[in-house]
Amino acid sequence: MSRFLIPLVLVAVMIPVFVIGLNRDPSEIPSPLLMKPAPEFELPSLKDPGQNVGSANYEGRLALLNVWATWCVGCRQEHDYLLRLANETDIPLYGLNWRDRREDAVSWLQQLGDPYVASAYDEDGRVGIDWGVYGAPETFLINAEGVVLYKHISPLTEEVWQKEFQPRILAEKGIIE
Amino acid sequence: MILFLAFGLANAIDAGKVFDDPEMQARYEKIVSEVRCLVCQNQTIKDSNAFLAGDLRREIQRLMEEGRSDAEIYDFLVTRYGDFVLYRPRMSGKTMALWIAPFLLIAVGGIVAIRVVRGRMALSVDDDTD
Amino acid sequence: MIPEIGHFALILALSLAICQGVMPLLGAHRGDDALMAVARPAARGHCVFVIIAFACLAWSFLSDDFSVLYVANHSQLALPDVYKFSAVWGAHEGSLLLWILILSVWTVAVGRYSRSMPESFSARVLGVLGLLSCGFMLFTLLTSNPFERYLPAPQDGADLNPLLQDPGLAIHPPILYTGYVGFSVAFAFAVAAMLSGHLDRRWARWTRPWTTWAWLFLTVGIALGSWWAYYELGWGGWWFWDPVENASFMPWLAGTALIHSLAVTEKRGLFKSWTLLLAISAFSLSLLGTFLVRSGILVSVHAFATDPARGLFILAFLGIVIGGALALYAWRAPALDSDAGFKPLSRETFLLLNNVLLVIAATLILFGTLAPLIADVMKAGKISVGAPWFEIAFAIPMLPLLLLIGVGMHTAWRSQDWPVLAAQLKMPALFAIIAGLALPALVYGRFGGLVTVGAIAAFWIMAVALIQPLRSLRRPPGTPAITRAALGMSIAHLGVGFFVLGVSIVQAFNVEEDLRMTPGQSVEVAGFTFELRELRNLQGPNFQALEGEVEIRKNGKYIGELRPQKRTYLVQQSPMTEAGILASLNRDLFVALGDPLGDGAWSVRVQYKPMIRLIWLGALIMALGGLLAASDRRYQFAKGAVKSTEKSALGEKVA
Repeated sequence: MSRFLIPLVLVAVMIPVFVIGLNRDPSEIPSPLLMKPAPEFELPSLKDPGQNVGSANYEGRLALLNVWATWCVGCRQEHDYLLRLANETDIPLYGLNWRDRREDAVSWLQQLGDPYVASAYDEDGRVGIDWGVYGAPETFLINAEGVVLYKHISPLTEEVWQKEFQPRILAEKGIIE
Repeated sequence: MILFLAFGLANAIDAGKVFDDPEMQARYEKIVSEVRCLVCQNQTIKDSNAFLAGDLRREIQRLMEEGRSDAEIYDFLVTRYGDFVLYRPRMSGKTMALWIAPFLLIAVGGIVAIRVVRGRMALSVDDDTD
Repeated sequence: MIPEIGHFALILALSLAICQGVMPLLGAHRGDDALMAVARPAARGHCVFVIIAFACLAWSFLSDDFSVLYVANHSQLALPDVYKFSAVWGAHEGSLLLWILILSVWTVAVGRYSRSMPESFSARVLGVLGLLSCGFMLFTLLTSNPFERYLPAPQDGADLNPLLQDPGLAIHPPILYTGYVGFSVAFAFAVAAMLSGHLDRRWARWTRPWTTWAWLFLTVGIALGSWWAYYELGWGGWWFWDPVENASFMPWLAGTALIHSLAVTEKRGLFKSWTLLLAISAFSLSLLGTFLVRSGILVSVHAFATDPARGLFILAFLGIVIGGALALYAWRAPALDSDAGFKPLSRETFLLLNNVLLVIAATLILFGTLAPLIADVMKAGKISVGAPWFEIAFAIPMLPLLLLIGVGMHTAWRSQDWPVLAAQLKMPALFAIIAGLALPALVYGRFGGLVTVGAIAAFWIMAVALIQPLRSLRRPPGTPAITRAALGMSIAHLGVGFFVLGVSIVQAFNVEEDLRMTPGQSVEVAGFTFELRELRNLQGPNFQALEGEVEIRKNGKYIGELRPQKRTYLVQQSPMTEAGILASLNRDLFVALGDPLGDGAWSVRVQYKPMIRLIWLGALIMALGGLLAASDRRYQFAKGAVKSTEKSALGEKVA
C-alpha cells in the first residue's frame, strides 16, 4: 500500500519547490566572491593614464566598487543616483570602467558628472573576469579587511541601497551590535 | 582530412584555430564547449557571440599556454563565476547526487525487476489468455 | 468584431466543456443515462466553438488586424501569408488556443470511436477530457486571452520572431501538440478505470491504439523540432538537452514505456499498476513541460515570454490534475492484482526491463532538468547541467536497453527456450558485430571505440527487427502472413536502429571548421572543396540579406551549390543565419555565414555531418511502425461492433 503513495508524495514535495522557484530569477548568478577576499588589482586610471588605480586605493576601509561602461544602458539609468549617493555617503565610490573606450568614458563622465573617487580603466576585461563580472552595472561592497560583503547586479537604486547595503554597512561600523 | 570528435554544437564566430598543435586545439575546443556563456545563457562560450564569451575563451587560451591542467582551468572559472559556468557539473558535494543518480537508479531498478520476476516465476503460467 | 466573436466563442466552448466535464462523470457515478448522454454532444459542441475561436484569431492575423494585441506583437504587414497563419500559434496565447483546439478534436474522436465501450466508461473518459479542456480554457480566458484589444491600433506590427518565420514553425507545433495532447486520452482512460475500480485486458485493448497514435505524432513532432533546430539555428546541432527539448522527450519515453506495458496488460493482464502509472506520467510530463516552458522558471532558448503569475496558475492546475490522478492511483492500484506467472526468460521479463530502463532514463532527464532549480531553491547556489552530463546519464540505461531490444522482440510470452532463441539470434548477432566493426573502420577509418559499440547496437536492432517480416515473406503458402501490428512493431524497432546508427556516426565523425574566407577563395574540409564564389546583397519580403554562393566539389567533380544567407529582418533588426545544406542520406554538407572580419572577408562555418539524416529518418520510420500497429484491424472499434474472436473471459466485470 505504501509504495503506491510514493509518486504522490514526490509530486507534493516538488510543488513548493516550484512555487519558490517561480519567484526566483533563473538567469541571475550569485557571486562566489561573497564573504571571500576581494580580488586585488591595479590598473591605469581612467582620467589620468600616468596614475594607477586599484584595490590599494581603498585598502583598510569600507568601499564601493561600481562596474560601468558607456555602452551599458543600465549604467546610464543608475548614474544620477550614483551622483546623489556619492554626495550623501561617506563610503568612497570607486569605478571600474569595463571594456570601454577611454575617450568615450572620459567624455561621458565630463558630460554627466563623475561620482567616483577614481575610476580604473579595464580595457581588456581581465580584471572584470577576476571579479566575476558578467553584466554591467554591478556594484560591490568591500569591507576594511578586503572581504566582499555584497554584490548587486543591475542599476543601483535608493531602495536597494537601503535594503541591502545600509544594513551591512551599519553592521560593519558596529552601530548595530 | 582531420577527424574531430565534435560535441554536437557549432563553432563560435571568431574562434577558428587557436592552437597549431591539434591536441591542444582539441583540448581547447572541448573545454570551451563545456563552459556556459553568462550573457547568452543558452550557449556555450564556443558558440556565443557575446564579448564576454570571447574574453573567457581568451583567458582559457592563456591558461592553457601557461600549462594549466583542465581542472585548474575549470577551478579558475568557478572561483570567479560559480558552478553555473560549467555545463558538466563537477563532482563536488552538492552535485554528487547528479553523478550518483544513474547508478543508484539502475540499482533500484535492478532490485525491482528481480523482485517482480522472482515473484512471478513462482506462479503458474497456465491461464486462459491466448 | 471578429475578435469579440472569437472571445465569445471561447466562453461558449468553456460552458459546454463544463457540461461535458461534470455531467457525464456525475452520470457514471449515479448510473444516470441522461447525464452520461450529454458527453458526446457537449464534446462536439465545444469543439465547434473552439474551431470558431481559432478561425477568428486566424482571420485577425490574415486581415492584419493590429487592434488585437497578440496580432500586433507577432505579425507585420509584410509578413508572408503562410507565416501570418502559423503566427497564430507562434507565441504563448495562440499556442494555448492551438492546444485547446487539438484537445477538442481528440475528444470528438474519442466520442466517435468509443461506441463499443460501456457507456459509463466512455462517459468517464469524455468527462475527464472535458475537465482538462475546462482547465486550459480557464487559463486562457483568465490569464492569456489572445483576443485582447490594443487601442489605438498601431499601423504595423512588431513582426513574428524571425526564427519562427519558417515552414518548420508551420508544422512542428501542431504535430508536437497532437502528440502531447493525445496522451491526455490515455490519461483519461486511466482515470476512468480508476474511478470505476476496474482495469482489465479489455481496457488495455481500448487504450492501446489511442496511445500509439499519440506516440507516433509525438515522435514525428520531436523529430521535426530537432530537424528544424538543425537547419534554422545555423550551428548544425540537432539536440541540445535544453529544458524544453527535455520536456518533450520525457513524455515520449514514458509513452514508449506505456505502449509496451499496455501490451503486457492486454496479453496477460499483468503490469496493471505500471501501466496506470505510466499513463498518468506521460500526460503529467506533458503538463509539466507546458509549465516549464511558460512560467519562466528555467532558462531556455525555447521558452515563451515568461510570467510568474501564469506560472502559478499552471502549477495549480498541474497540482490538481496530477495530484488527483496520483491520489486515485494510491487508492485503486493496490487492489489490481493478477495470478498470472511468467518465467525469467520470457517476453514479460524483457518488457519489465524495458519499462524499468525507460523510466530510469526519463527520471534521470527530469532530475537533470530540475537540478538547477532544486539547487537554487535549496540555497545551494546556481549550477548548470548540460549536454556533458545528459549524454552520459542517458547512455547508462539506454545502452543495455538497445541490446535487450533485440532479444526481447523474439522471446515468447510466459516462457522461452533459450536454445531456440539463441539459434534465431545467432545470425543477426554475427551480422551486427561484423557490420558494426566494418562501417566505422572501412568508411571512416576508425576501428573500435564508442562509435563501434553504437554501430553494433544499431545493426543488431535492425537485423533482429527484420527477422519476422523476412520470415513472413518467405513463408510457405497457406500460412498466415505477419499481422499489421507485428509488422508495425518490427518497423518501429527498425527505425530505432536507423536512429542509433545516425547518432553514433555523426557524433563520432562530424567535422566542423571555422574559416576565414574571401570571395574567390576555396577551402578543403573532410575531402570536399568549398569555393566561395561570391557574396551579394539581396532583398527578401521582410528582410535584407547577404548571400554567399558556395560551390562544392569532390576530387574536382561538381557536387552541388549552396546559398547560405545572413539575414537582417527589417522590423526587429535581428540578424539571422540561414545555413546552406546539401543533404543526402550518407552525409550533409553544411555551410553558414558568420560575421564580417573586415577587408571583405567573412567567417564561414563549414561542417561535414555523416549520416545525420538517419536520425530523423529513423524517427519517421518509428512513427510509420506505430501507424501500422495502430491501424491493425483488431483495434478497429466500429460503432457497436464486438469482435467475434473476443473471448468473453477477456474482461472481468464490466463497469
